[in-house]
Amino acid sequence: MKPEELKYSKTHEWVAVDAATKTAVVGLSAFALEALTDLVYVELPKVGAKVKAGQSFGEIESVKAVSDLYSPVNGEVVAIHEGLAEHLDVLKTDPYGEGWMVKIKLSDDQGLGDLLSHSAYAKQCAEEHH
Amino acid sequence: MSYLFNTPDDQRAMLAAIGSGSLDELFAQLVPADSRLNRELNLPRALTEQELTEHMTSLAGANVAATQKPCFLGGGAYDHFIPAAVDALASRGEFFTSYTPYQPEVSQGNLAVTFEYQSFVTRLTGMDIANASLYDGGTACVEAVLMCMHATNRNGRVVIAASVHPEFRQVVETYLRDLECELVTVGTPDGIVTADDVAAACNDQTACVFVQQPNFFGCLEDVEAIGKAAHAAGAMFAVSVDPISLGLLKRPNEYGADIVTAEGQSLGNPLQYGGPYLGIIACREEFVRRMPGRICGETVDRRGKRCWVLTLQTREQHIRREKATSNICTNQLLFALRATIYLSLLGPQGLRETAELCARKAAYARGKLTSNTRFAQRFAAPTFKEFVVRDTSGEVEQLLADAERDGYFAGIALGRWYPELADSFLVAVTEKRTKAEIDGLAAALSSATASNKRTPAHA
Amino acid sequence: MRNTRAIQPIFELAKAGRRGVVPPPCDVPTTLDEAIPAAFRSDVPPSLPEVAEPDVVRHFTCLSQLNMSVDTHFYPLGSCTMKYNPKRNERLASLPGILDLHPYQSEESLQGMLELLYSLQQMLGEIAGLDAVSLQPAAGAHGEMTALKCAAAYFRDQGRPRRKVLAPDSAHGTNPASAAVAGFEAVTVKSGPDGFVDLDDLKAKLDDETAVFMITNPNTLGIFEKNIRTIADMVHNVGGLLYLDGANMNAILGIARPGDFGADMMHYNPHKTFSGPHGGGGPGAGPIAVRDILAPYLPAPIVAFDGRRYRLDYDLPKSIGRVRSFFGNTGVLVRAYCYIRTYGPKGLREVSENAVLNANYLLSRVKHILPVGQGDRCMHEFVATASKIKAEKGVSAMDLAKRLLDYGYHAPTVYFPITVKESMMFEPTETESKETLDAFAETLFRITEEPAELLHEAPHTTPISRPDEVRAARSPQTSFPE
Repeated sequence: MKPEELKYSKTHEWVAVDAATKTAVVGLSAFALEALTDLVYVELPKVGAKVKAGQSFGEIESVKAVSDLYSPVNGEVVAIHEGLAEHLDVLKTDPYGEGWMVKIKLSDDQGLGDLLSHSAYAKQCAEEHH
Repeated sequence: MSYLFNTPDDQRAMLAAIGSGSLDELFAQLVPADSRLNRELNLPRALTEQELTEHMTSLAGANVAATQKPCFLGGGAYDHFIPAAVDALASRGEFFTSYTPYQPEVSQGNLAVTFEYQSFVTRLTGMDIANASLYDGGTACVEAVLMCMHATNRNGRVVIAASVHPEFRQVVETYLRDLECELVTVGTPDGIVTADDVAAACNDQTACVFVQQPNFFGCLEDVEAIGKAAHAAGAMFAVSVDPISLGLLKRPNEYGADIVTAEGQSLGNPLQYGGPYLGIIACREEFVRRMPGRICGETVDRRGKRCWVLTLQTREQHIRREKATSNICTNQLLFALRATIYLSLLGPQGLRETAELCARKAAYARGKLTSNTRFAQRFAAPTFKEFVVRDTSGEVEQLLADAERDGYFAGIALGRWYPELADSFLVAVTEKRTKAEIDGLAAALSSATASNKRTPAHA
Repeated sequence: MRNTRAIQPIFELAKAGRRGVVPPPCDVPTTLDEAIPAAFRSDVPPSLPEVAEPDVVRHFTCLSQLNMSVDTHFYPLGSCTMKYNPKRNERLASLPGILDLHPYQSEESLQGMLELLYSLQQMLGEIAGLDAVSLQPAAGAHGEMTALKCAAAYFRDQGRPRRKVLAPDSAHGTNPASAAVAGFEAVTVKSGPDGFVDLDDLKAKLDDETAVFMITNPNTLGIFEKNIRTIADMVHNVGGLLYLDGANMNAILGIARPGDFGADMMHYNPHKTFSGPHGGGGPGAGPIAVRDILAPYLPAPIVAFDGRRYRLDYDLPKSIGRVRSFFGNTGVLVRAYCYIRTYGPKGLREVSENAVLNANYLLSRVKHILPVGQGDRCMHEFVATASKIKAEKGVSAMDLAKRLLDYGYHAPTVYFPITVKESMMFEPTETESKETLDAFAETLFRITEEPAELLHEAPHTTPISRPDEVRAARSPQTSFPE
């Protein structure tokens, strides 16, 4: 997936929404992954878990820090990236493709309102970097 | 003063260096006047080493040590033999005056000990992962229960057998009270819990079934059936064990335990009136990230040399704060060290023989003590190194006091925890108890019988 | 001269058939089959290593020599109070009449021990300026949780349970973790750049759902909270309770009492303040002291004295219950008792005076090497920052800490508190000399002059250097493979 075509949450998750199937693929942006050095573990939800926009659905850990992963949308987890914790390198090499984390079936109240475009997200990252 | 360096000259020089006129001036700058104590603490005067030694010797003399009389007291703390090498090695200052290995380069000794300790615990229990120790056997039960609640995502109910150590159960109860999780205690009228009763106590919100093996009464539970009942209800199965018994009994992985805890005092640690002891916890690999406390792991250093570090630290309070798996910070490494040395000295054969000695001597004592008509075995279930004796004349407190006067710490009255067992007491027999001591205890209890018969009303 | 063979994992030293300690022959006629049915037994014992006693002695002795310790090195690990552990306390705690006491012995056979513990309760109450003491908690964090549960019971008893526990962002991680374990919602209060609690933020977060505000005083920057009385009033005005994290009591023994400056409850860390040996990571103990309104909720038993006899008082109907099995970490408490009796009232005050003097003196030397944000004064410890040298030379607090090891000093605490970047927290304690502090400061200065490349790879003289923590955490190997 091309980063320019994705939507982003303020908490650095990216979302690719397929309007036809009403599903969203979610991952973590390259910017956030760069800031989290030395990844050691990622904990993803179980298939079937209900998620809400802005609420934690999992965690990503480096040696000495742990960060929540926040869902950008409302819905139900229909697939998770099995075995991602054993292949954390793909998060760095292909964050927007092989580095996907969960697939979420959107609920009627999709919760997509607060998401940022790529350019708006890039602006936020530039400000955070300062 | 005893352990201070600064002479008046030193103090003057240091005060001058920091630009302060006196200690009083320094503290006036540091502590607001309204918070300062303007009198001396009301404490007893200082004692020199010689005076303190006399004082402590006098206090010690006002106690009767468990080594002064044959000790048949158990209930989670046991008078096992401690080899001299355990004391000699564990009293090395490099071990006991060091701290948490925040700098692994200068803590490889402690880290290697931790790694060996964890390895020993996994081999004893058959579990995959052990941590670097918890406070004691009671808090280990709580940590296991909390792990189960997190891992199953069930917070509604915890099922525990009444045959689990009553103080362990009390600790679990204290912790669960403010977490809105119901603690259901399954009765054990025959000294053991039945799988049917466990199954009936479980609901679809039950996080865990908790039993002890051997249990508080010394009886052996049908752990395999209980574990199956727990798993059938979707709950986890946690067991508290006696580590010495694992030299002889089936290991928890063989009967389906998910988490194993233990009071590790038995493994080379002194009784010292209840603590510090050693909280052991081990689990299956899938629960490793729910494990509380410190964990030591193997790695390599920058030159590729094998070494050890604290690992998986993101579980812990100093990183995860309110979301940590536990609030525990310190562990009991000094006692984990003692356990590691103890088990190294015993080896597999020594541990087996120690467990067999306990079992055989306890069985002998069970028969000997209950051969008198006043006393009976309270429960029929097989036992390991402890058993419950029923005093048919129902004068347990007096009996035990008489036995103590006659030179024996004979057992623990059970009425304070189990009103229905007010006529019973718990007797523990370790490898240290000799046949002569057991025969002597039986004789002392018999003579108590005789004297009671002579003066039935204690007139 | 290091014996590299003896420090191999003990499993690699083992050989089938070797034995250490051999238990005595069985002197009762009962057979194993009579004792325990075969169905309960395992066929083979656990696969422990088979080694001879001399193997064990050499292995653990050589391992011990890989540790830095207070007995061997200056150990200025901030927040941990690594002071000298008196040898007399070890000997006295090992007297058979103290060491070999079973927790379920009769009170009659424990009068000396109960007297000691009763006196310790009294003394800890006096030092705290609080009314009642429980010796049961096994460690500082355990004491925190115990006291918070007493607070929960107190509010429940008043018919008005409260939900929140507040703690500053500079607090030890145990504070919010203990709040969570005690069933509270943990709320973080900001602290200012000077390390003091941000009173505006505190005010904004205090409400009638606030059960407890937990504060460390002196705080984790080693500064006595100048607004402590105002803070206490603010907390009390919303009906809340003030908790004192006693980790830093070494600074204020006989100088200020938590009960006098407004705390309603606190824990002690006797392994820090009262010199219990740290044992490579424990044991500690965590006795708590509380104001009279909280006394009914303490865990049972408490040691009581009727003027003639000491006994264990279990009759506390409002008690929160037990927080551990048996009496407590008695061995640590006995050492604390010996320590307090050795110093007496004047001596304890001198302990804190010299701990504070040593820290201020070290600060006056270190501030010329590394910036100390809090200025020229501290209590028993202070926090410097390596952020300047990091910006200039790329040398981090960790690099400096690692290089200190080469020179025979334990490192200060690094990267705590989390509110200061590249933090290095120094706590010299009172049991170090001016000469040691001078030599340490000179070494620190020398290190800052060394080439960055040398520091990045430090330490160079220790048995290992810079272990790969990522590898350890990614695929955890936590026991020796069977």
